[in-house]
Amino acid sequence: MPQTAARKRPAARRSRWTWVDTALLLVFALALGVLLWRAGGVFSYKWNWSSVWPFVYRFDDATKSWVPNILFEGLATTLRLAFWGILVASVIGTVMGFARVSKKLMFRLIGTAYVMLIRNIPPVVFVFVFVFFIASQIMPALGLGDRIKNLSPIAQWWLSFLFGAPKLFDNFLLGLICLSVFSGAYVTEIVRAGLQSVAKSQVEAGESLGMKPRDVMRFVVLPQAFRNVLPPMAGQLIQLIKDSSLVSLVSIQELTFMAQDVQVTTQRVFEVFLFVGAMYFVICFTLSQIFSALERRYARALK
Amino acid sequence: MDSDIVQLRGVNKWFGDLHVLRDVDLSIRRGERMVICGPSGSGKSTLIRCINRLEEHDEGTIVVDGIKLDHDTEHVAAIRREVGMVFQHFNLFPHLSVLENCALPQIRARGTSRAQAEAKAMEYLTRVRIPEQAAKFPSQLSGGQQQRVAIARSLCMEPKVMLFDEPTSALDPEMIKEVLDVIIDLAQSGMTMICVTHEMGFAKKVADTVVFMDNGRIVEKAPPKELFENPQSDRTKLFLSQILSH
Repeated sequence: MPQTAARKRPAARRSRWTWVDTALLLVFALALGVLLWRAGGVFSYKWNWSSVWPFVYRFDDATKSWVPNILFEGLATTLRLAFWGILVASVIGTVMGFARVSKKLMFRLIGTAYVMLIRNIPPVVFVFVFVFFIASQIMPALGLGDRIKNLSPIAQWWLSFLFGAPKLFDNFLLGLICLSVFSGAYVTEIVRAGLQSVAKSQVEAGESLGMKPRDVMRFVVLPQAFRNVLPPMAGQLIQLIKDSSLVSLVSIQELTFMAQDVQVTTQRVFEVFLFVGAMYFVICFTLSQIFSALERRYARALK
Repeated sequence: MDSDIVQLRGVNKWFGDLHVLRDVDLSIRRGERMVICGPSGSGKSTLIRCINRLEEHDEGTIVVDGIKLDHDTEHVAAIRREVGMVFQHFNLFPHLSVLENCALPQIRARGTSRAQAEAKAMEYLTRVRIPEQAAKFPSQLSGGQQQRVAIARSLCMEPKVMLFDEPTSALDPEMIKEVLDVIIDLAQSGMTMICVTHEMGFAKKVADTVVFMDNGRIVEKAPPKELFENPQSDRTKLFLSQILSH
């Protein structure tokens, strides 16, 4: 057989950017311009951003210093809700996810009932039912307000740093539990799918090597499940941050709640909500970048 | 009786209503090399998977190295430490390097130190002729190399019996030999093994005993020369004619 000489790979036919892309981009920009121009004509809206900023940060005449105002406080509450919500929802989701695949029927029933109940009712309905019928019975019984008053100043400072104003602690906890229980159901399903995504043959291999079931779970199943779960988990936790705006319905004073206040006071609907939207975007975008980095790290560990 | 390392007496198993193992009696001596063959669905894989409790038998007794296989998890654990298994699809841990694949089970199941476990891993990787792949991940290896890693991983646990569940069935043809060579080496070193395979050349070369199974039963059990040249039952004759005809 005659030997064929090694040839260089022919140049790729398609370049990354062609005139078609440029044309499409121009058409898109033009359409957007026309839309904005027309919208401007219809609304004849006078933008007034300066009326929004004082609600973020204001100059306090009494102390002669700049102090955060309600939009900033709302943002802080949203960040706290997001941080603790992600933590608590992940814990609930992990526990319930394991329950969903448990060998014990009772655990499976509990896990399934939890997911089915939450997933099949609208979030707004859940928030109202949870807060007015369930939490309003339990929260006063805990008597947290009195206990907080008796804490040392250092403990009080940490409490307000981690959870916001101590006098609103009950309120914050209510919102947090509501949000976590709600998102936890979706995390549960992601955890369940993650655990089931690891082939049964992996467990068999581990067990046939004499490893204990606990070790097989920890060193064989979990690392693989964790990697598989990262992308959907990123989506769900970003969703959690956006869903945190739902608890504004029950007077948790987070970003959306405060925005409604400011909007009523200033009548600047668009400025306020564009600002709020930008804030949510920044938080969610940051989180998605963190998850991308995690994904890249775990992908590298495998290859 | 002590020379028998694995003993099955009256073993029966059902998958739902399907009777997959029917009154199986089988014993394997220390150092014996046994090949199990038979048509697909005949219960070969289920049989060897029962020996290390990847499947639970419903009736009968299985004794491995004097330990009775029952619901006592300690017994199951003890038996799994004695019995190594190699799977058709290798079942390496994809998130661990080749070295880690071999070291982790030793550390976790035997309490070996990391240094010792890695030293032993390298020893057996050398024995299956791929020490240079130790730092790679399974997905970077060919099927033949992966199966050799799986064999090394199993040998690291120093089992007294090795079970092979169609170790070459998932391999490309050009890789079958490198894996069989490793298994042949192992057989010649005196390892007790039970191998489910359709590689009849391999059976002739290394097996002391060939077992033919059909429909959940052991139909015939004889040394390879006898079984291949003078099969007793019609079912065996038909099977052999089908797999040896080409």
